[in-house]
Amino acid sequence: MTTYALTDSWTMTRRELAHWARQPVRVLVGLVFPVMLLLMFGYLVGGGRGVEGEYVDYLVPGMLALTMAFGLEATMIAVTQDLNKGVIDRFRSMPMANGAVLVGRSAADMLQSVLSLAAMIGVGYAIGWRVHGGVGGLLAAVGLLLLFRFAMLWIGIHLAMVAGKPEMVQAVQILVWPVGFLSNAFATPDSMPGWLGTVVDWNPMSQTATAVRDQLGGPGGEPGHVGAAVVWPLALLAVFFPLALRRFARLSR
Amino acid sequence: MTDVIVAEGLRKRYGDKAALDGLDLRVARGSVHGVLGPNGAGKTTLVRVLSTLLRPDEGRAEVAGHDAEHEAYDVRLRIGLLGQHAALDEELGGRQNLEMFGRLYHLGARHARVRADELLERFGLADTGRKPVRAYSGGMRRRLDLAASLIRDPEVLFLDEPTTGLDPRGRAEVWAAVRSLVGGGTTVLLTTQYLEEADQLADRISLVDRGRVVADGTADELKARTGGDRIDVVLRDGGQLGAAVALLPLDAAGVSVDADRRLLSAPVTDRMAALSGVVRALESAGIEAEDVVLRRPTLDEVFLHLTGDDHRVKEAV
Repeated sequence: MTTYALTDSWTMTRRELAHWARQPVRVLVGLVFPVMLLLMFGYLVGGGRGVEGEYVDYLVPGMLALTMAFGLEATMIAVTQDLNKGVIDRFRSMPMANGAVLVGRSAADMLQSVLSLAAMIGVGYAIGWRVHGGVGGLLAAVGLLLLFRFAMLWIGIHLAMVAGKPEMVQAVQILVWPVGFLSNAFATPDSMPGWLGTVVDWNPMSQTATAVRDQLGGPGGEPGHVGAAVVWPLALLAVFFPLALRRFARLSR
Repeated sequence: MTDVIVAEGLRKRYGDKAALDGLDLRVARGSVHGVLGPNGAGKTTLVRVLSTLLRPDEGRAEVAGHDAEHEAYDVRLRIGLLGQHAALDEELGGRQNLEMFGRLYHLGARHARVRADELLERFGLADTGRKPVRAYSGGMRRRLDLAASLIRDPEVLFLDEPTTGLDPRGRAEVWAAVRSLVGGGTTVLLTTQYLEEADQLADRISLVDRGRVVADGTADELKARTGGDRIDVVLRDGGQLGAAVALLPLDAAGVSVDADRRLLSAPVTDRMAALSGVVRALESAGIEAEDVVLRRPTLDEVFLHLTGDDHRVKEAV
């Protein structure tokens, strides 16, 4: 059974890619949304309380991390829609590897995230953001971001199965916003009231953003956060990856 | 002949409602077995348990020699499922769907492609092109769904109300497709709420009501259980029904009257004696009849007889 885990997951990934090919506009909109947020915060909201140096150098890494966090929503919606379709019954009645449906989803979402990061990095560059940490730093930053996205992804998959119906998903979705904004994406924790700064500091997303800033060599980066930016996502994965697979295997059985 | 489906004492509760309430079933290899019952009788729950989608609360199900709960993978290798709702990727085209399922059945990319083409051809879907399944008609969708469940030549094929919601043409298409499977060695378990469908397609029929099998047998055997043949008399004037019931030489306890159709119906023991007796009695009383027929009971009457319930099984439209 497990010998087919890879081929089945690949087949399910191809299914997602075939959906992309059918709905290119949807893919495009998904890429444009975080870019819009970036421009909005860069120009409309602006500012950046407590940031020393170029705000754009602080903002872009924060927005990259925020985009990865918001990926949780996209994953949840996609999984919920999928699970409420008849085709899931066929998958589940077939001798395919358990979890291939989910792994295929996660592979496609990761690919989408890579495209999304590329688009944001491009636009960020256009509005004046610069990498000060060299190519190695950029690659390390992207790696940390994708690791964080991967953790968000499996949380999203699990929450989607717990919530079940699309109506419930909307409720859970709202939770993503505080997690996204109670972070250091836009402003430094030092500029916030003490307790809030503490919450923001503990937010795994802040850890990733700080480590990414460090790697990219902009303001707000602190050395020594890479460890936390690796450990947090891995810890979340260690909990939610097996939970999600288990939940899927027992789905409506 | 061995039994390829064995279900023993299946129970499944949803809240305080028992969907399956101690259901037993045996299906012989190579047969078409009809599971007939009204909405909510537990037919779909039964199919979901047998096709490994649902765990029963109690009881045991064996399909193609493997336990549906504990050897789900082995069962899945040997079954095809056509559920009540299309189990297809609506955004993809027909060929894309079949190729994907073929790969997931581990046919390999090449074989999956060949198999997809074969099945599209066989079910008259070869010229659907890139059109997404979303844009298919109900009948086309069902045929593609059926094609998907046949990719691996299953030992056991489950058809859960395969024609519910289809127009007569779509229904005829699905019936023809099911008939074409018979004789290929595939065992078919078909659930339906249409009497005609069970009568037409199934070798044996289990009548299911409230989560259990209330009767089991061939259509003829089941019909014989209500006490044999019946006579139907349709009068020209419905107002004379009462008079006719009183004077005809029939078993008064078994007579049923349908005023809308100006019809009276009764069980008979000696067919010819009953027929000539009725005709003579009508003639001498001067009651005009439009039609007098001897017939076997319908499955509906069998169902009524066995459950003592109102007419809850539908006549096919």
